[in-house]
Amino acid sequence: MINLDMGLDPQSNMSLGEKLGQISWSLVLLITAVACIGFAMLYSAANGNFDPWATRQIMRFAVGLVLMLVVALIDIRLWLKFSYFLYGIAFFLLIVVEVMGHVGMGAQRWIDLGFMQLQPSELMKVTLVMALARYFHGASLEDTGRITFLIPALVMIVAPVCLVLLQPNLGTSLMLLMVSGAIFWLVGVRLWKFALVIGSVLAAIPVIWHFMHDYQKNRVNTFLNPENDPLGHGYHIMQSKIALGSGGMFGKGFLMGSQSHLNFLPEKQTDFIFTMLAEEMGMVGALVFLAMYALLLVYGYVIAMRCRHQYGRLVAMGLTVNLFLYMFINIAMVMGLIPVVGVPLPLISYGGSSALTVMIGFGLLLCVHVHRDVRMSRRGMSDF
Amino acid sequence: MFNAIDRDAERQRVMNRRTLVLGGLKAGALSALVARLYYLQILEGDHYTTLAEDNRISLRLLAPSRGTIVDRSGVPLAVNEQNFRAVLVSERTDDVDETLDKVVKLLPLTDADRRRILRDVDRLRSFAPVTLRENLTWDQVSAIEVNLPDLPGVSIEVGQVRSYPFGEQAAHILGYVGVVSEQELQNARDPLLSLPGFRIGKSGIERKHDLALRGTAGTSQLEVNAVGRVVRELARNDGQPGHQVTLTIDAKLQYYAQQRLAEHESAAAVVLDVQTGGILALASHPSFDPNQFAMGIPQDLYDSLIKNEASPLTNKVVAGHYAPGSTFKPMTALAGLEAGVDPTHRVFCPGHYDFGGHTFHCYKKGGHGPVDMHDAIRMSCDVYFYDLARRIGVDRIADMARRFGLGDRTDLDLPGEKTGIIPDTKWKRRTYKENWYDGETLSVAIGQGYVTATPIQLAVMCARLASGGKAVKPHLTKAVEQEYTEQTAWPDIGVKPEFIQRVLAGMAGVTSAGGTAYAARITQPGFEMGGKSGTAQVKRITMAERNAGLLKAERPWKDRDNALFIAFAPVQAPRYACAIIVEHGVGGSSVAAPIARDLLLEIQLMEAARAQQADAGAAPSAPIQVTPTQVTAAPALPGEGTPR
Repeated sequence: MINLDMGLDPQSNMSLGEKLGQISWSLVLLITAVACIGFAMLYSAANGNFDPWATRQIMRFAVGLVLMLVVALIDIRLWLKFSYFLYGIAFFLLIVVEVMGHVGMGAQRWIDLGFMQLQPSELMKVTLVMALARYFHGASLEDTGRITFLIPALVMIVAPVCLVLLQPNLGTSLMLLMVSGAIFWLVGVRLWKFALVIGSVLAAIPVIWHFMHDYQKNRVNTFLNPENDPLGHGYHIMQSKIALGSGGMFGKGFLMGSQSHLNFLPEKQTDFIFTMLAEEMGMVGALVFLAMYALLLVYGYVIAMRCRHQYGRLVAMGLTVNLFLYMFINIAMVMGLIPVVGVPLPLISYGGSSALTVMIGFGLLLCVHVHRDVRMSRRGMSDF
Repeated sequence: MFNAIDRDAERQRVMNRRTLVLGGLKAGALSALVARLYYLQILEGDHYTTLAEDNRISLRLLAPSRGTIVDRSGVPLAVNEQNFRAVLVSERTDDVDETLDKVVKLLPLTDADRRRILRDVDRLRSFAPVTLRENLTWDQVSAIEVNLPDLPGVSIEVGQVRSYPFGEQAAHILGYVGVVSEQELQNARDPLLSLPGFRIGKSGIERKHDLALRGTAGTSQLEVNAVGRVVRELARNDGQPGHQVTLTIDAKLQYYAQQRLAEHESAAAVVLDVQTGGILALASHPSFDPNQFAMGIPQDLYDSLIKNEASPLTNKVVAGHYAPGSTFKPMTALAGLEAGVDPTHRVFCPGHYDFGGHTFHCYKKGGHGPVDMHDAIRMSCDVYFYDLARRIGVDRIADMARRFGLGDRTDLDLPGEKTGIIPDTKWKRRTYKENWYDGETLSVAIGQGYVTATPIQLAVMCARLASGGKAVKPHLTKAVEQEYTEQTAWPDIGVKPEFIQRVLAGMAGVTSAGGTAYAARITQPGFEMGGKSGTAQVKRITMAERNAGLLKAERPWKDRDNALFIAFAPVQAPRYACAIIVEHGVGGSSVAAPIARDLLLEIQLMEAARAQQADAGAAPSAPIQVTPTQVTAAPALPGEGTPR
């Protein structure tokens, strides 16, 4: 505030050294620490081998770490400038996969880049946040109070959500909706408008149900009653609960998770990795892990609160919400609290796209922190 | 500018407030996760731990090896043999069809086999072995072993199959094993029964001692993964193999008896120890091969066994009931003696006996002339017994017969055992609601009419006579594992020894000069036998046939008389008793008696050799060569008729 009052802009032209000094190295350390838990779990998932998962995950993380720092060091005004453009690219890629994407797991989701498979829907999770932050950067409370002002933003949300739903990927589309909702909430959209939308969505549920794929219906049914079909769709959740529950207070010990190692646990290296963690490390280990994750979220909050411009705040908040949603959906799913949705646990689960977008997300978070005091006009790029 | 800053501040205030709300929501959601974690891991932890153990450990049953069955001197009668089978693990071959094509060149597989194999491949997990064929011969095993590199996924497994070294020779005693039926599975608690391919005793000794033979299941605790693939064995308990069952049977005598019967179309023989009641041989011809049952008998073979007129599946020793004919006469004689009839009283036999307007014939057309009891037994005079029976009545005869074990089931537990019929006045009223006719008593006196008995009953009757009136009971089991169950002290049946001695003397006369079975006597001194022949009508001889003098051998086989003989030896101090029936063999003394003679001589010679060996200090458990020895038999004397 004081800086602003004095009309000074100490960060507008920081040197690289200054920027490096501004990076929150404690957050980088925390991210690395969480990722290391992931490596350990992948090592265990392969029955005590670095292959096939842990080594590749470490390499990806190293690449991601560099990418994260690069993203963090790029001037935030550049990100602001290119927000719509990046969103456009992600949207274009979504259309590309829809048209010619590979068919895997019954859903068209990724583009094969050779070294990794890119999921545009993952990319969209970041770029949608950026685009919305850009859109609301200059918006006043009066603006956000006007429905006409909100309509372009709604289009920005609904279009990719529809494409992701078509893939079909219910989990990601719901995440996109929730992140957008959080941003809408933060920019001051009135509560009754939320109530209206949520109400109409609830009313539309029967219609949505009708248009849902069988496997999606089954997942919901399975969630509602997993014990009914212990060897079919309920199997994963039953086995996951057994693995988790049998971990007890202190767990079965590293590499000793019988459920995971005997393959009772499906997808233990990806979506169900938290289950293995809780089985082997017990409640104590799971709580430590959750605490570390909570700390990551607190970092995101602090960065958002300390940021002096709306774009940074919204990006930081959006990405934090994103991270939270990843974690919550994944963990709640493996514990049988919500239906099975294919959402990975960021930094822990084995996988390319999500790891990449999560690292980019952290890079943007760091970028917001580095450029927390950058002066940006409400109308966008005029100061740059 | 100021306005802008003001509005910016206002905007940020709203956002901070809402950020707080959002943070609260997240904290709440996070708490929900922690609560869920606490619920699953702490509150329900034990429950899930149990489930996890169940998941991880799979208990597999190990079939124990079935106990062996041996004869009285340890000769194996039922053993387990290695059974080689070719199996295919479908995941180890790229193309099941191609592999099968190669296998067919080495192993004949029918189209049905192939269909079953392909069905199993589809049905079972890809690492589960599918049986291609069981009971491979050595040649087939080696052909496959040699070609294994060309047969991906194929391997040879070794299992156990029940084997009966004596095959047909002891089939009716041992019975056979077979797969567990649905019904047996429902009533049983033994988990072994649900083991695929497990076989249990279905008949004979295999069935009677099934529980002892079966043993107890072993278990193997296997750590398995979610698809059931075995990761490693955690613990193993091999279980208890089945107990060995020792029979009273003498394998050598059994073999010989069966061989001897095979000279006839359909016959049965049983030899038992007079003192213990232990059955030394129990033969029924024709027989079947229990090995085929153990491997799963082909339907056509089974059908042919069922359809065979001489019923090979029937154990005629216990399941065949026949009119005993003259072998029943000792009972009539004893009943007479007990009723106070003077054995020296003579009855004149003119060849027939007229009673109540009917003529009852003696088998000897010209008659025997005056006969006392001894002569009557020796020569089997029918008229004497007509007369005797008429005087004492049927109830006394029936009572005597029952005390000797007739009309009652033995405890052998062999399949299809019949009780036979010993009729009396009460029985007639009960069964036919009619009064007894005295004429019927005359038929009973010579073991015809309503009277039927099984060969085992006749042998028991003979043994009870030979033991001097002890209620000897027959049995087949000498010991289960080491527990001997043989009984030697039997209660007295309450007939005066002097009466029995008198009947035995008559029976000794049967094989002496002038007796009906003199031709079939044992000539070796000290081994002589006593006995009683019987030729029982199967079909009533009409007056026309009698007048026409129709030769018995000319009648259709099915209508010919049954030939029976009961015997004991040695005469001076009886140790062995036997009963023989040759179905439709016509002559008791000419056809059945020689078999009795051969069997009794054989067992006595064997016993003498054993005693000699034991005296010489030789190991009594020397391996016994089972081949029928040359039997010294008295040459048949020419010119003798075919007495009953």
